[in-house]
Amino acid sequence: MVAGQPHPSSVTSSDPLLRLVGISKWFGPLQVLDGVNFELSAGETHVLAGENGAGKSTLIKILGGVHQAEAGRIILDGQPVRFANPREAAAGGVVIIHQELSLVPSMSVVDNIFLGRERSRGGWLLRRNQEEEARRVLGQLGLRVDVHRSVGTLPIAVQQMIEIGKALALQARVLVLDEPTSALSEPEVEQLFARMAELKAAGCGLIYITHKLEEVYRIADRITVLRDGRWVATTPAGQMPAPLLIRHMVGRDVDLAGARDEAVGAAAGPVALRVEDFSVAGSRRGLRPAVDRVTFDVRAGEVVGLAGLYGAGNSDLLSGLFGTLGRRVSGSVRLHGEPYEPTSPACAIRRGLALVTNDRQRTGLVLGLDVAANVTLASWPRVTPGGWLRTARELEVAARTVQSLRLRAASLRQNVRTLSGGNQQKVVLAKWLCTGPRVLLLDEPTRGVDVGSKQEIYALIREWSAAGHALLLITSEMPELLLLANRILVMHGGRITAAFTRATANQARILHAAMGGEPVD
Amino acid sequence: MRRWEANQLTEQRDSAVPAPAPALRGGRAGELWSNPAFTAALALALVFILGLIFSGEGAFYKWGTHRDALRQASVFGILACGMTVVIITAGIDLSVGSLLALAAVAFSIFSIHWGWSPWVAIPLCILVGGACGLVSGSLVALCRIQPFIVTLAMMVFARGLAKWVSGGMKVSTAVPAADGTYTYVGVPAIFRTIDSRWFGGNLSVVTVIFLLCVLVSWVGLARLRWGRYLYAIGGNEEASRLSGVPVAAMKMVAYTLAGLSAAVAGICQAAQEQQGDPEAGSGYELSAIAIVVIGGTNLMGGRGGIGLTLLGTLIIGYIEKILSINAVGEASRLMLTGAIIVIAVLIQRRRS
Repeated sequence: MVAGQPHPSSVTSSDPLLRLVGISKWFGPLQVLDGVNFELSAGETHVLAGENGAGKSTLIKILGGVHQAEAGRIILDGQPVRFANPREAAAGGVVIIHQELSLVPSMSVVDNIFLGRERSRGGWLLRRNQEEEARRVLGQLGLRVDVHRSVGTLPIAVQQMIEIGKALALQARVLVLDEPTSALSEPEVEQLFARMAELKAAGCGLIYITHKLEEVYRIADRITVLRDGRWVATTPAGQMPAPLLIRHMVGRDVDLAGARDEAVGAAAGPVALRVEDFSVAGSRRGLRPAVDRVTFDVRAGEVVGLAGLYGAGNSDLLSGLFGTLGRRVSGSVRLHGEPYEPTSPACAIRRGLALVTNDRQRTGLVLGLDVAANVTLASWPRVTPGGWLRTARELEVAARTVQSLRLRAASLRQNVRTLSGGNQQKVVLAKWLCTGPRVLLLDEPTRGVDVGSKQEIYALIREWSAAGHALLLITSEMPELLLLANRILVMHGGRITAAFTRATANQARILHAAMGGEPVD
Repeated sequence: MRRWEANQLTEQRDSAVPAPAPALRGGRAGELWSNPAFTAALALALVFILGLIFSGEGAFYKWGTHRDALRQASVFGILACGMTVVIITAGIDLSVGSLLALAAVAFSIFSIHWGWSPWVAIPLCILVGGACGLVSGSLVALCRIQPFIVTLAMMVFARGLAKWVSGGMKVSTAVPAADGTYTYVGVPAIFRTIDSRWFGGNLSVVTVIFLLCVLVSWVGLARLRWGRYLYAIGGNEEASRLSGVPVAAMKMVAYTLAGLSAAVAGICQAAQEQQGDPEAGSGYELSAIAIVVIGGTNLMGGRGGIGLTLLGTLIIGYIEKILSINAVGEASRLMLTGAIIVIAVLIQRRRS
């Protein structure tokens, strides 16, 4: 595909503040950016849009000196520049505010603002000078906060402001915000937008990444769309209505017809899981509910896909159903017609639920233990009658479970740490298979596994559905969702905003709904 | 090992799979060096060779020296058994030295002053130790306070309690009366029994108790379901919780066991000293941690075992003994011990 240059925009009156020309980047054999062009004018908010994996973050990281591009140039103020690390980028006036804040919670506001570039004379900190400067930059943001307070005690929104204050103290001229609102409440978002407008007025160029349509059209002057590591389009926001934006993000030539034929035909049985008015409260006070009164059901033998972008609440929904969120959940859940209270994972397992979490290293595996111990981890009461460990029985159960998974391991006594990502994921799947579940909750079951393992996991999902298990599936890979799911529910802002059948689902519609767009047709 | 070979996974379709690993996790040199049991055993052998060279004018060639080395290491070894269990859950217990003193004082009061039967006194003392451990465990598991802080508080508290019940004095066979005079009573038979030697004077009873503690801990950690739970919690607490492991209950069990082992050690200590000293056991918690670490149990939790702790106890015990038969002063002895701990941890880090 020939991308071409972004056409000179009517917004730019003079030379742009920043130009990225022909940026290419490989991770090993995989090319993640292919000759991407991008430009930013002073006093402009430029939204960078694209699906997961389109290359937005990589592009930003190259700009900020985190990664180095294999090809292409960065031109700042008409001068070619090259940033070897984030420190150099900051010195050059390019500051990135990542999704995860980079503040030290235990340190004071002023210490955070000057962290790593403290003002000193002869080794002595110029404390008074730093405090005055900190008050000045925070004052510019309209933020009145005690600069001696430790950052961890302040609300997230204020922390975000302080991060911006830090950028101001660095005299940033290019400020990149990567999904800054995902942890913010409604009024906090308003505050942030007001500050951004002030920065714009002061001549700062802003690059903004978001997955929310309403935000795009509220703040964008221009929009650039990336897809599969390539530049697709750059236009003033007014010239790219939502349907066009979505079409650019998805691409016109998506062909899923062939793939879909081999998917399972839904031999839907009786309702296995019924969820009514189910809510999960926000993780802290003042935050909207993570899941907001959702109602749906999953039949035996059915794979229901849960689509949604980062922060949509679909992961919280699965965790809530599995009982890991304790008292934050409310609503009614029925399993095979019987009432079910999601109070603890142990209870969920007893009732035939299984949750494959989206982070196998952190929440899936016990890395110090071997394959057999990990596979039987959730079934130990069954493999250890009377509390006695029976090595032979443990190995027999583990061997029987992994048999259908085509696991590649030297032995069942191999430490799971030494397995490849795909095989580790199979151990996680085996662990849950071993508990004899009837309702499987799968959160990104193919994250970070190689292509071969992916196909094997797809095959497993089909096998389980054919065996009459009810499956609820989250995946951020749209083709995977369309391939596996019999039905797709789309979540946005904690609510189910759309439901598609196999016949009505397509990538553009799902993405549109996931970004909070009104239903069209 | 033989049993599981039959069950080994051999990849049916893919012939390029490496052959099943033999015993001791792979015969390759790299694998061997990464096995903590091997490095600990090697360290013990080195210490032994040092003993043969610096034999203290032949003292190292006498069984009596070994018997005493084992006897002197036993109390520390008993503490280390409980400590191992806690450390495997990625916790720490600083209170075991104080709990030892509390149990020693309580046992002496019950047996010497009050003349209770050992069948009552011993279980009661062990119960006291276990109860204190349970309190620590509950604070760690239910209130989610850091183990270091909780057990530091318990260390101070239990020391205070030991001083309070003993009136700040050693509880010995000299029993103070109300009028300030002392009456002298005999040493209870149980004290003599615990401090005696069996098998023709070849093995101290405290060593037998230590080995029993090792056996019980080994069965618990390696052969019972809850042992596996402890490893899983230490390895990945969140994954364990999501897999239905009763995390809070198991943590309480771990600290309770540390308390129980401290009480057993306290009873042994009292019997050996023939008195209950409220100042006893201070700093012992650090020795116990050192033994566990030198054995090769990972302070980050999830890896290690009681066999390693047995090796660690022997290493520390023999180093102490070799230094003492060569009349090395206490100052040098402490410095050497510190250096050895650092070296052991460096070896441990190279492994991971």
